[in-house]
Amino acid sequence: MILFYKKAIQDIRDNGFLNAVTIITISLSVLIVSALALFFVNANDIMSSWKKGISIMAYLKTDIGETALPEIKNKIQGMYGVAEVEFISKEEAMKRLKEQMKGHSSLLADLQENPLPDAFEVRLLTSSADSKKVENLAVQIEAMPSVEKAEYGRRWLGRFTNVFDLFKFTGYAMVGIFFMAAVFIVANTIRLVIYSRQDEIEIMRLVGATDRFIKTPFYIEGLIQGAIGGIIGLAALFVAFMLIALNVEQVSSSGIFQIRFLSPGVLCGIMLCSIFVGWLGCYISLKQFLKYKTG
Amino acid sequence: MIDGNDKNSIIRMFHVHKQYGAKKALIDINFDVSKNEFLFITGPSGAGKSTLLKLLYFGEPVSEGQILIDGMNLSRISRNRTPFLRRKFGIIFQDYKLIPTKTVFDNVALVLEAMGKKRQLIQKKVNSVLRMVGMEERSKSFPQSLSGGEQQRVAVARAVVGVPRIILADEPTGSLDSESANVIVDLLKGFHTRGGTVIVATHDKELLRKTGSRIIHLKEGRQIK
Ligand SMILES: Nc1ncnc2c1ncn2[C@@H]1O[C@H](COP(=O)(O)OP(=O)(O)OP(=O)(O)O)[C@@H](O)[C@H]1O
Ligand SMILES: [Mg+2]
Repeated sequence: MILFYKKAIQDIRDNGFLNAVTIITISLSVLIVSALALFFVNANDIMSSWKKGISIMAYLKTDIGETALPEIKNKIQGMYGVAEVEFISKEEAMKRLKEQMKGHSSLLADLQENPLPDAFEVRLLTSSADSKKVENLAVQIEAMPSVEKAEYGRRWLGRFTNVFDLFKFTGYAMVGIFFMAAVFIVANTIRLVIYSRQDEIEIMRLVGATDRFIKTPFYIEGLIQGAIGGIIGLAALFVAFMLIALNVEQVSSSGIFQIRFLSPGVLCGIMLCSIFVGWLGCYISLKQFLKYKTG
Repeated sequence: MIDGNDKNSIIRMFHVHKQYGAKKALIDINFDVSKNEFLFITGPSGAGKSTLLKLLYFGEPVSEGQILIDGMNLSRISRNRTPFLRRKFGIIFQDYKLIPTKTVFDNVALVLEAMGKKRQLIQKKVNSVLRMVGMEERSKSFPQSLSGGEQQRVAVARAVVGVPRIILADEPTGSLDSESANVIVDLLKGFHTRGGTVIVATHDKELLRKTGSRIIHLKEGRQIK
């Protein structure tokens, strides 16, 4: 086995340029694929935090007395898909508005009378947070006689979800394409290496070397290329991630969503795929080569 | 159909023909080689000597006929078994076929590596055969830096290092002066005395005259009596 490793490493040295090309190709593919994965992981996080934040504001008619409130609350609470209902009095609403408009509160200070209505804030179960269900619920709430108007903010979310799904699909397609491109290029470089050593391989055969003896160093070479390519690709992604993460943190220190790097499991998966690419490229080119040489 | 139950023959050829396209390189060759025989194959250039050796080590399949090597029928040998057939032979090629990117030592060691031998053993055996052919000093040199005769000696070392049953030597004294030629012939004779079978293809008249061994004559692909 040590002998095979030595041979593989010798090969990589002897064919420096070809190997550099292969490793760079694998690295780039890994970088692009893992960048996509990183994007989707974080986009998913953001999406679910948005979904969690979806709520319907049910503004009450001005003539509703305090005594009627518990009944209304119960009724909304009983609707399908509702997680939580919170009463927000007009005073509370004004306070929140002032807070949001910090620094511009002089605009509000002039108001003699609070123009805001009382309202219920209806939070939804995450599972019900898609556009159809939200809309249905809003219609249902608005139909209540005591409710003036039911509003929900993130109408665009529904459409965004669809776009996101489309993105995901293109993402998968791109992963597939890069995978095949990487395999193709590895197969090609190994093929070139094989052709450059054709005479040597022929002599090895003549002195009694088995196919396995001849092939093993090439496989090790492919695996090493895959591993190095994977490490370089992921390292590049990590550097890029750190740069971006620093900037994003400065922009939104609010911490609603933190972007995070790929989990160890996903990283391992990408590494394994990268190594597999090396192996598969090798397998394909050796298979072709042995088809020609049947002596 | 034939079987290989002749206890004394290590090689048997039955009505062997070899054709390259329209060119008939060998026509109806029939002979047996006994164990521990020293056999010459001779004939003018293009007579088919190298082709005959090539058929023996299964470098190419026969066009017609049957060859038995140490009980193995070449027309029924599988791809997996070919390496093991080749290990029965030590081959000295007409053009040496040393690997130019490997040192003398590694060229010889390759045979044992392919057999999966241990490193220490390889070290020991390779050094000992290189000493035997007088090339110990040059074990770290590359083939291009050696003279023809030196390369020939490395080729002999590689052929004997795996302790094969049969040595096939194609024009082993081809481009050598008589002194270097004698060194090679002595090495082959040494292998023969230790119980090996040797087949030498040559048109070196000098070489033939010196021995009393059996000679097979070829002419235009035919065996002549
Ligand atoms: N691969 C091949 N393709 C076509 N023809 C071939 C091939 N190998 C050998 N021949 C032909 O077969 C004939 C015998 O060739 P071979 O090499 O066996 O001769 P030889 O007796 O070894 O000659 P020499 O003494 O010059 O080495 C020649 O006419 C040669 O041209
Ligand atoms: Mg010849």
